[in-house]
Amino acid sequence: MDIKGANLIKGISFEGLRVIGNPNEYALRYYQEGIDEIIFIDAVASLYRRNNLKEIVRRTVNEVFVPITVGGGIRSVDDAREILSNGADKVAVNTAAIWRPELISEIAHKFGSQCLVLSVHAKRNNTGGWEALVDYGREHTNRDVIDWIKQGVSLGAGEVLLTSVDRDGTLKGFDIDLLKRVSSETKIPLIVSGGCGNPEHLIEAIEIGNVDAVAIASCLHFGNSPLQEIQTSLLKSNIQIAEH
Amino acid sequence: MKRVVSIINCGTGNLLSVKNWLSYVGVVGKVVKESEDVRNAETLILPGVGAFSGGMDGLKKHLLIEPIREFIKTGRPLLGICLGMQMLMEYSEEFGRCEGLGIIPGRVEPVPDTKRDGQLHKIPHIGWSSIHSIMNKKEECNGKFYDSTLDNKNFYFLHSFMVVPSDDAYRVADTYYNGRRICAIIGKDNFFGCQFHPEKSGKNGLKILRNFLAL
Repeated sequence: MDIKGANLIKGISFEGLRVIGNPNEYALRYYQEGIDEIIFIDAVASLYRRNNLKEIVRRTVNEVFVPITVGGGIRSVDDAREILSNGADKVAVNTAAIWRPELISEIAHKFGSQCLVLSVHAKRNNTGGWEALVDYGREHTNRDVIDWIKQGVSLGAGEVLLTSVDRDGTLKGFDIDLLKRVSSETKIPLIVSGGCGNPEHLIEAIEIGNVDAVAIASCLHFGNSPLQEIQTSLLKSNIQIAEH
Repeated sequence: MKRVVSIINCGTGNLLSVKNWLSYVGVVGKVVKESEDVRNAETLILPGVGAFSGGMDGLKKHLLIEPIREFIKTGRPLLGICLGMQMLMEYSEEFGRCEGLGIIPGRVEPVPDTKRDGQLHKIPHIGWSSIHSIMNKKEECNGKFYDSTLDNKNFYFLHSFMVVPSDDAYRVADTYYNGRRICAIIGKDNFFGCQFHPEKSGKNGLKILRNFLAL
């Protein structure tokens, strides 16, 4: 769930952001429908150099009893502590960690690796690889995605949240090449997002992309495939999901 | 007056989530860290995430080890969650031997890093896994902390270490990670521990909480 100010938003390839609605209402609805986990990302945090999700997280954890990950604008152990003390279970880091990778080990040492999600925004480049973008897809880094993930894992990240910038919001399916490359080289749980438009995409990511979990946004927000339809398809494919 | 459950703050763990979880079922969660608070508590929850030694150091620093042992002897209910469950054991092998509360005989050891077929799998064990009661316990657990409606239900796990009780009488329910058996619930009578996070396990977790509060 991408957040700007008080609103749940969604764009395509991180651009043309549309307001979807009230994040707390959506979080509660998805929880009641049986979602496994919720990820909140402050879309403009890096721009304003602070994370504005405290209140939204605080309200969410009053009535939503599944794991909550929060990212966007986490630049220090203190930022992480503030988010965790407001009810988040994990923090996701991206921009600040690229510029100062020690941030990963600092947070992992303080709160444990299980608490630290490395969020990576991957954009295809013209040499057959992927570049990590930061600042919600606005800035280039010249960092190769695979190298960066390896470094992040060695510094103590507990999970990787990998988003394809090219596919984000397109509903056209995952960048399966990216998923296969990263999953074959990542020893920690890998969650992927960017492109899911229907349950078949999701099954492809798990069975061919070999990822551990899938994060979906547009597909749910715009009602293309309600959660129940996705759950039924996954069960038919013998993919384990939580029976809440 | 609302029932009060004391939540032990040993320096780690998502205390707010545990508090909210309790308030959802109409119970007040009071965060405590003084030995006096533990002695006077009606019901205790021992949460915790992170390293075993860190959690035990937190309990030692606030002189909580003896009060927790005494508390259990009086028959009042205690629930350990994740690291809080592991600390009920005698010792852990996480970064060298570290003494635990010694309430349940047995130790804490790493989750095996291979599947049953010997292939490497991912550690930590993260995600939703179904739990299964120990067969001969089904009857005696019904209507108590564990009841058969929880069998095969999924709970949220997030851990690299697991408890290995040396006395099977304490083993209540297991889960399996790629064929590796992991103790999911331990305990008996008035004290129990969950390896998973019941406070993050949706309505199944709430069912566990209601059972616990009815002990």
